[in-house]
Amino acid sequence: MHGLDHNMIDTGRRRALVTGGSFGLLGLFTVLGLMPSFARAGVSREAFESMTLSEAFAALGGLIPQDSALISLSAPDVAENGAVVPVTVETSLAGIEQISILVDKNPTMLVASLEFPAGTESFITTRIKMAQTSSVIALVKADGRFYKTSKEVKVTQGGC
Amino acid sequence: MPNPSKIRASLKDGVTEVRVLMQHEMDNGRRKDEAGKLIPAWYITEFKALHNGRTVLAGQFGTSVSRNPYLVFRFRGGVAGDKVSIDWVDNRNETRTDEVLIA
Repeated sequence: MHGLDHNMIDTGRRRALVTGGSFGLLGLFTVLGLMPSFARAGVSREAFESMTLSEAFAALGGLIPQDSALISLSAPDVAENGAVVPVTVETSLAGIEQISILVDKNPTMLVASLEFPAGTESFITTRIKMAQTSSVIALVKADGRFYKTSKEVKVTQGGC
Repeated sequence: MPNPSKIRASLKDGVTEVRVLMQHEMDNGRRKDEAGKLIPAWYITEFKALHNGRTVLAGQFGTSVSRNPYLVFRFRGGVAGDKVSIDWVDNRNETRTDEVLIA
């Protein structure tokens, strides 16, 4: 099950980390080999509650991401159905670790955050929901630094 | 039991392209049913893609990923016949694991 069955533990661990002070338990999990595999992958769930872009960037660890021409973000200029907006992010930045997709004017900004191990190409396609016309932002973490690019997508029929 | 993910993994020039459709409602908790009652949030929170047991992509979703989340990604090192699997878990702690062989 690749650690999915440890998800309850995982959730508990995150909470423990947030509230602090439970490092003894965390150490015990590590010793027992119970460290859930999902725990290594990524951002805290709090990042998904972000209501503003700066809050989301901060939660992801990149306070002021630098604009980069090395990230390509493909999305339609006009999306007739905001419930299904195709998005592709690709980058030639070296040492890529993470790609996150955000929508500025959605009720919560962060759509998805993906972790790229070595050997996986710096490319992702997915489909997102957009409540209204907004910027779509691709945030890329590479070699520990954050970069971004954005694109305005006009939404005819909101789909959040 | 959640519905299975649809996965295709095809090898070309040493790169395996994986297309995944996870079957899930991805309710954001803000929509209402016909009776005007809020439909509770129900969505995939995390997923993981493995190639012969090694993670090739992992991710977290919020509620703004479209219904039936769709992903395309590519990794190097796959060989035809190798196993690619997709695990996910949702906010109700329901899980699903599906696998396919690289074609």
